[in-house]
Amino acid sequence: MPAIEILGLEKTYSVGFWRKRPKRALYPLQLTVEEGEVFGFLGPNGAGKTTTLKLLMGLVFPTAGSARILGQEWTDPAVKAQIGFLPEQPYFYDYLTAHELLNYYGQLSGMPAKDRNRRVEEVFHQVGLHDVRGIQLRKFSKGMLQRVGIAQAILHDPKIVFFDEPMSGLDPMGRREVRDLMEELKQKGKTVFFSTHILSDAETLCDRVAIIHKGLLRSVGAVEELTSSVQGKVEVIWQGTEIPASIKVLGVECHLSGEHVRAIIAENQQDVFIDVLRRERQRLVSITPVRTSLESYFVEKLRHAETTAGSAV
Amino acid sequence: MNSRISHIASNTFREAVRDRVLYNLIAFALLLSGAAILVGKISIAIEKLVVINLGLTAVSLFGVVIAIFIGIGLVSKEIEKRTLYTVLSRPVRRWEFIVGKFFGLAGTLAVNTFFMALGVFLALFYVSHTFVRADALIFVALYFIILEFLIICALALLFSSFSSPLLSAVFAFSLFVVGSFAEDLRNFAAMTHGITRWLATGTAYLVPNFSAFNVITSIAHEQPVAGQLIFHNTLYAFFYALMALSGAVLIFEYRDLK
Ligand SMILES: Nc1ncnc2c1ncn2[C@@H]1O[C@H](COP(=O)(O)OP(=O)(O)O)[C@@H](O)[C@H]1O
Ligand SMILES: [Mg+2]
Repeated sequence: MPAIEILGLEKTYSVGFWRKRPKRALYPLQLTVEEGEVFGFLGPNGAGKTTTLKLLMGLVFPTAGSARILGQEWTDPAVKAQIGFLPEQPYFYDYLTAHELLNYYGQLSGMPAKDRNRRVEEVFHQVGLHDVRGIQLRKFSKGMLQRVGIAQAILHDPKIVFFDEPMSGLDPMGRREVRDLMEELKQKGKTVFFSTHILSDAETLCDRVAIIHKGLLRSVGAVEELTSSVQGKVEVIWQGTEIPASIKVLGVECHLSGEHVRAIIAENQQDVFIDVLRRERQRLVSITPVRTSLESYFVEKLRHAETTAGSAV
Repeated sequence: MNSRISHIASNTFREAVRDRVLYNLIAFALLLSGAAILVGKISIAIEKLVVINLGLTAVSLFGVVIAIFIGIGLVSKEIEKRTLYTVLSRPVRRWEFIVGKFFGLAGTLAVNTFFMALGVFLALFYVSHTFVRADALIFVALYFIILEFLIICALALLFSSFSSPLLSAVFAFSLFVVGSFAEDLRNFAAMTHGITRWLATGTAYLVPNFSAFNVITSIAHEQPVAGQLIFHNTLYAFFYALMALSGAVLIFEYRDLK
């Protein structure tokens, strides 16, 4: 049984105060996340990630479509006991102490008192807030609130956690800790579905990722699968102060900087290119393979989407 | 009441207490004791009348102001600040949230009213040095005041479920004022004709009839309150609050959270 099945959820907001205009935030989305997966939901700002998560949490209502979580209708309150949610830039009742907040949330999740007390202590240790648990949340920094957010999401030991931008607002140490925590959840067999616009966060962590842009799903797959579909590139640098005409006709983009010329070319163009350079008696400085990261895949994919946007949207 | 509703209610109460809402009790106490001392100096014959009149009116006004000022933010503030996200992603139904908020607010007002009533009785004791049987009528007036609060709490929540705190405050205060003159509005409606009559009658019966809840003056003159009025007001308040609360639930149930 898949953990999450998104069956054509879509959302059109209406914006404007007097004259309402429709604003498409999410085109019909079809996506399945298996149990035990760490799934990255990637996209630049405004792509529709938060909208998708809010739809799944029942915070906003879809224009059409539905979803199933752990095999049940997603609006079923029984499902809610099995999921945890960290909103984007979370904010909490600031008149409560962190401890009171978690206790309250444990009550709302229907945790019995004994479990609750134990788990509250446990998660405070886990997110590194044990020392400040008695302080009112109004005195918490953004990064601390983020940790409280993570704590409340995992408090009731849910089967699936949904994190919206879990690393935002955290320092490098904090990001590292969140990454470890997600690993830990995976070890325990939990499903983690998280959104991010920072690709390096996803690269090391995710079993699979989905890429969304302007409300449209662009691709889904394992990180290696996606990046290997992008052709390998090499960077070639040679000495020179101008670009020979025979290179220009190859249509390769070259950059002059001081005594050097730099070009990024496709791997399979490499031999031809070097031959041309040799014939032109240019002095080669270096040839370096460019590692295709998720980042470059992303940039390429989105640039592609940009040029075809007219027809796709 | 299911446990989630009671947890939400007690958290709402806790918020009110920590927001120092109950500080108004100090203002109330000062006002009342000041007035009692002043009145005691002016006239011995009417001092009791004035203390009851002034005291109960103050209880009612303070309560209404608190009900509206807390009530208008109960839903919209939680949407605005996004504190609702982590509540509604738990096994909490939206209607439970509204009902919990209602009970929390009503509880806050009940506690508040209890202390203010205590103040009224103290002031009364200060001026007359004894309690007589007719003073028990004050409890009836207090009961009506609490019924009135229930209606206002529900209305404030209703407005809060779809509009901003500022607009909600305007709506709620207007309804309170118009409702306080509901009797006059009904009489006015009866004197007009045609479309005006329809409109006036409609408005007169739609707004909460707070004038029926105000027995302060007659109680101060030690006139008894008809059992029928108690019965009628009780039914009316529960029904009106239920309607307003249902409206709030209906609106909130289908609302997108920003
Ligand atoms: N409540 C709303 N009303 C109108 N438009 C919205 C609302 N929320 C989001 N949007 C729009 O929907 C698009 C997607 O937003 P969002 O889901 O927040 O993106 P992301 O989380 O990927 O940055 C954006 O263009 C945003 O402006
Ligand atoms: Mg977002």
